[in-house]
Amino acid sequence: MDFGLSQDQQMLRDTVARCLADTCPLNHVRECAEGEASYSEKVQSALSELGITGMMVPEQHGGLGMTLLDAAVVAEQLAYAVAPVPFLASDVLAPIALAQAGSDQQQAEWLPKIASGEAQVAVAIAEMIEARDGAGVTSNGGKLGGTALFALDFASANAFLVADATGRLHLVPADAEGLKKVPLTTIDRTRSVGELRFEQVDAEQLADDGGATAARLRDAGRVILAADSLGAGQAMIEQAVDYAGQREQFGRIIGSFQAVKHMCAEMAARHEPCRSLIWYAAHAFDAASDEATLAACHAKSHTGEVYRFVARTSTEVHGGMGFTDLLGLHYWFKRIGFDRQVLGGPETVRAEAAARQGWTQAA
Amino acid sequence: MDLEYGPEYDAFREEVRQFLKTYGNRAPAEQGRAARPCPEAVEWQKLLIEHGYTARTIPTEYGGYGAEPDILKSRIIAEEFARAGIPGGLANQGISMLVPTLLELGTEAQKRQWVEPTLKGEVVWCQGYSEPGAGSDLASLKTSARIENGQFVINGQKIWTSTAKQADMIFCLVRTEPDAPKHGGISYLIFSMDTPGIEVRPLKTMTGHAEFNETFFTDVRVPMDQIVGQRGQGWFVANATLGHERGMLGDPDALENRFQALVMLMQKERVGQGRAIDNAVLRDRLAALQAEVAAMKYNGMRILSDNLKGDPGGMAKLIVKLQSCELAHQISALAIDAMGEIGILYHGSNREREGGAWQWNCMFQLGLIIGGGTAQIQKNIIAERGLDMPREPKLAKPAPAEQGAAVAARQKQGAA
Repeated sequence: MDFGLSQDQQMLRDTVARCLADTCPLNHVRECAEGEASYSEKVQSALSELGITGMMVPEQHGGLGMTLLDAAVVAEQLAYAVAPVPFLASDVLAPIALAQAGSDQQQAEWLPKIASGEAQVAVAIAEMIEARDGAGVTSNGGKLGGTALFALDFASANAFLVADATGRLHLVPADAEGLKKVPLTTIDRTRSVGELRFEQVDAEQLADDGGATAARLRDAGRVILAADSLGAGQAMIEQAVDYAGQREQFGRIIGSFQAVKHMCAEMAARHEPCRSLIWYAAHAFDAASDEATLAACHAKSHTGEVYRFVARTSTEVHGGMGFTDLLGLHYWFKRIGFDRQVLGGPETVRAEAAARQGWTQAA
Repeated sequence: MDLEYGPEYDAFREEVRQFLKTYGNRAPAEQGRAARPCPEAVEWQKLLIEHGYTARTIPTEYGGYGAEPDILKSRIIAEEFARAGIPGGLANQGISMLVPTLLELGTEAQKRQWVEPTLKGEVVWCQGYSEPGAGSDLASLKTSARIENGQFVINGQKIWTSTAKQADMIFCLVRTEPDAPKHGGISYLIFSMDTPGIEVRPLKTMTGHAEFNETFFTDVRVPMDQIVGQRGQGWFVANATLGHERGMLGDPDALENRFQALVMLMQKERVGQGRAIDNAVLRDRLAALQAEVAAMKYNGMRILSDNLKGDPGGMAKLIVKLQSCELAHQISALAIDAMGEIGILYHGSNREREGGAWQWNCMFQLGLIIGGGTAQIQKNIIAERGLDMPREPKLAKPAPAEQGAAVAARQKQGAA
């Protein structure tokens, strides 16, 4: 029995952490967030060299064939560094979808390019969970119509994987005729989302498995977003503790005041069990356990609550400085805000968890 | 990640299940285990020791089963008993705190005299630590033991002595060296509750019951050899057992069982034409608690796994008391809310549910949030030991031996 990361996973974590410490200091994050580029090519190519872009691509297609737990380890480090690179959709969800439900030809065409970092595939499944502003995609005779909001890893995508109203997945090249791409600007400038408008757009359907693959994407996406918040929260707690250990007021280090110290302790106390919850959820996904969906719901909804608390509390520990742009703490704050809303906020996800357990059926 | 325990352990689990199937009907009801266990509970305890399902690693010469420590087997026993809803071995303060202390620091004679009858439920202990003026700052305790004619003579008062009414014996912290620095003047004594000069008064709590007592000592005479460890070492001796108490208060199986009971309650309670669980807001809170219970369960598995690797567990362990007690309290609070007005029924009222257990639990768990190291003390521990944050400067005049530490602390704060 071993509840924790393997030696390989610890090595992966340390390697990614070192790579990001070298290539992605806060001033670089700021350049990217304030600039025009949709992501950092420097960080992306360093990660690609480590094999991160191909980590979820099966080995026969040039990838590393790794697990969701491995991906969660990477997501945590990316968020710790607030790295402005595509990951969730292009490196995790798209390879899972293509490997599970892609045709031989689709796999041969896309997976090696994803692995090498040549191509990125965005994923648009928001409407599977809840449709806002009347969005939704319909499929008729191989043609897509309607709108998909919050396509993930949007700006740099060469193609889009889109879920229709019945949960079937469709692959659409970025330059397809009749496809209109409208960027959406969020609080989090380190990740890219956008809207897809379809008018009679030709699309290749992935295997129709009754929504099973789309459901896997939803679960995997939730676990990775939870892991992202875990890393961002870790960074925010460390920074709060550091700051409280240096800042002096009333002739004392503010970290010696219990009012401040207890804020830090509360963050740590709520943060620590999230790590185990996420590890378990990722493991359940990898083992295709019956509990995988429920565990993903728990990880997503619980981290949504915990890291909202961590994000505001760390900011408060920093006092006025936490509120400034200068310190850059807000990049993590916003990352956490993004993670909480995407693929279902806590209330939405908990309602799903309840329904899944039959709590909503009358006795 | 490998959640399999392996074939050896699967076989062991099967063994435990078989035992529970064969003997489970002999287990006493939960109430039979209160304070002084009833005869069935004592018999059950002996049966469990005989099979190695409690007192498992305690050497046979002291009345235990004498197995090698095996964290996974202990865990499997706890899991299977919880799953079957059958009470495991006794877990009173004598067994969970005094026995490990004696085994670690007691004399051979003390071990031989006390461990076995305590394990068998024949000798019941109470703990004399807290005083009205020494709670979180336990080391400031004032109950004194002067030495007179080769005996300790004890005067003072203890509080929160649960089971003092039923107890045969007490393990008690007293000040033997009034002039020594506060942590260094304490001794750990064990003596009979029948000793002349002891008066026990029930301490009624907010629950309406007297789960605790106050215990008064007036010239209580105790032989000098009834000390554990050396004179003045009592603080060190007691800390060995406080660790056991904190471990005891965070039991993931107990949380899961309470949570399952809550789900059943919410499915059963009728509101109008529907059930409590049909209320979307209550259901949302239920799902939120479920995720928290899951997080603590997996946090527990992580600690277990760390222990297997010989790692005592850092932050994951430090947060258990704070988080588990709070979560248990929240589970009861939701149960009360789910029952609406029915939730306030108590004192054996008509229409009361489950004997008022949810209200009792909700209040008693607030007591547990405060007891055994308050939530605020827990946060200090998490911040100072887990996050390495500076300690609170001490305002009270430090005793000479502490001055060095206090100077170091001030220097760390940059205020020296």
